[in-house]
Amino acid sequence: MQALLSDTALIFGRYARQTLQSRFQMLFGVLMPLLYLLFFGPLLTGLPLAPGASSWQVLVPGLLLQLGLFGAAFAGFSIIIEKNLGVVERMRVTPVSRLALLLGRTLRDTALFLFQAVLLVLAAIAMGLRAPLAGVLIGFAFTALLTLSLSCLSYALALRVRTPQEFGPVVNAVTMPSMLLSGLMLPMALAPGWLDLLSHLMPLRYLVDAMRDAYLGRYATAGMLYGTLVATAFLTLALVVGTRVFRRAGA
Amino acid sequence: MPLISTSGLARTFLTGRGPVEAVRGIDLSAERGEILGFLGPNGAGKTTTLRMLTTLLAPTGGTATVAGCDLASDPVGVRAKSGYVAQSGGVDPGIPVREELLTQGRLYRLPKAEAAARAEELAHDLGLSAVLDRPCGALSGGQRRRLDIAMGLTHRPEVLFLDEPTTGLDPGSRADLWELVRRLRDEHGTTVLLTTHYLDEADALCDRIVVIDRGTVAAEGTSSALKLRYGGSLDAGLQETFLAITGRGPASSDTAPVAV
Ligand SMILES: Nc1ncnc2c1ncn2[C@@H]1O[C@H](COP(=O)(O)OP(=O)(O)OP(=O)(O)O)[C@@H](O)[C@H]1O
Ligand SMILES: [Mg+2]
Repeated sequence: MQALLSDTALIFGRYARQTLQSRFQMLFGVLMPLLYLLFFGPLLTGLPLAPGASSWQVLVPGLLLQLGLFGAAFAGFSIIIEKNLGVVERMRVTPVSRLALLLGRTLRDTALFLFQAVLLVLAAIAMGLRAPLAGVLIGFAFTALLTLSLSCLSYALALRVRTPQEFGPVVNAVTMPSMLLSGLMLPMALAPGWLDLLSHLMPLRYLVDAMRDAYLGRYATAGMLYGTLVATAFLTLALVVGTRVFRRAGA
Repeated sequence: MPLISTSGLARTFLTGRGPVEAVRGIDLSAERGEILGFLGPNGAGKTTTLRMLTTLLAPTGGTATVAGCDLASDPVGVRAKSGYVAQSGGVDPGIPVREELLTQGRLYRLPKAEAAARAEELAHDLGLSAVLDRPCGALSGGQRRRLDIAMGLTHRPEVLFLDEPTTGLDPGSRADLWELVRRLRDEHGTTVLLTTHYLDEADALCDRIVVIDRGTVAAEGTSSALKLRYGGSLDAGLQETFLAITGRGPASSDTAPVAV
């Protein structure tokens, strides 16, 4: 256990330093959600998306999850490059904990995400977002859970494929439907019955709903309960899959 | 008790175009302090064998022990007691040399201060002191190779696996590396299993040579025993001897994998 913690800290430090050296990587991730905020947000301000509240409280949770979704799903790219450099095998011949090789990386991704999320929320506040602090903090927690789970799965997938060309299409095939079917951009309440039904099959939908509740200051709702359950279950699944892949020799 | 011992070690890769028997039952052993040369044409299965012995690849057959630890039941012990320098290295071009050496020490669970001191020491031993603060990507090919070797020596392993350690080194660095390997053996009793395509290297450095071909051991013995037996006399060149054993030139055309 002691070894797992210090190994994780070591791996986290290695990749965090890499990220800190690349201002570009740190800011680039926020660019897309920021553009949505700037050019898409104003279209919604007049729409009655949330009775008694502002549209920003609906839009911003979606943008945060979008940031988490795309940032984390593509996290695995970096390990494909490292695999080709021989860095992964060089680390795997040392006694370092296999789980730490995964956790150190995903925690770096989560830390990077949180930094970007704070930037995004500050920008949103400047544009007119008003939401309870507790709700905003709960929102960060949900997105951090999503980032942890997705980057775990992304690294697991990346370790199994040989080339970026195999990795990219799979990730796209997962992220695009996730974004569309979870109501990230606009609430699924606007959707016709069949689409709403379909979106309930998408785990991300429950996180989106729960986060919007949080931003509206509603903490004791069914949506919040489902969101918490789905996020926890998804994280558990991701950790199990990730650990198995990282433990296996020759992966 | 031998420090490396394998019995029927085998690995078959399952590929889209059928199974590839890269290693087909290798028996070998190395005593403490022995420098064992692992020779064989391209594709013979040398790297695959080393990757199995370092726990990177699960064998599909056979057993092995390294430094007293069973490969299958105690991979963690094998990792702690052996070092591996891969054929193509394994450092990140964007990270400074010192940081890579430090991280490697920490991966082998050395305390911080010790890891830092070890990094300096290794840099000194391998002539890298002047480039410690450069990114790995800014090293020359030979400096890169020496860094790869330093990384494998970090924890003073009992058993050292070197996959073509001298490829890309100039003659001076090559002689230095031979010296280093001999010193590791003399001072620390390190057992070394190294692959090479340079026959003069095997001749000069290795106590014993194992020639593998198409995934099995084709011949083994001291360089003079091999010359006598396969080359016809003690004066036979190792080149002719190698040709006689494998039926073709060393490091010749890339042999097609044996597909069944
Ligand atoms: N992951 C893999 N999948 C399928 N085949 C593989 C794999 N790795 C190695 N092989 C095949 O196994 C055989 C042995 O490869 P190996 O790398 O062990 O050879 P080698 O003796 O190290 O050769 P060289 O001298 O060129 O380094 C080759 O035919 C190679 O193509
Ligand atoms: Mg090889």
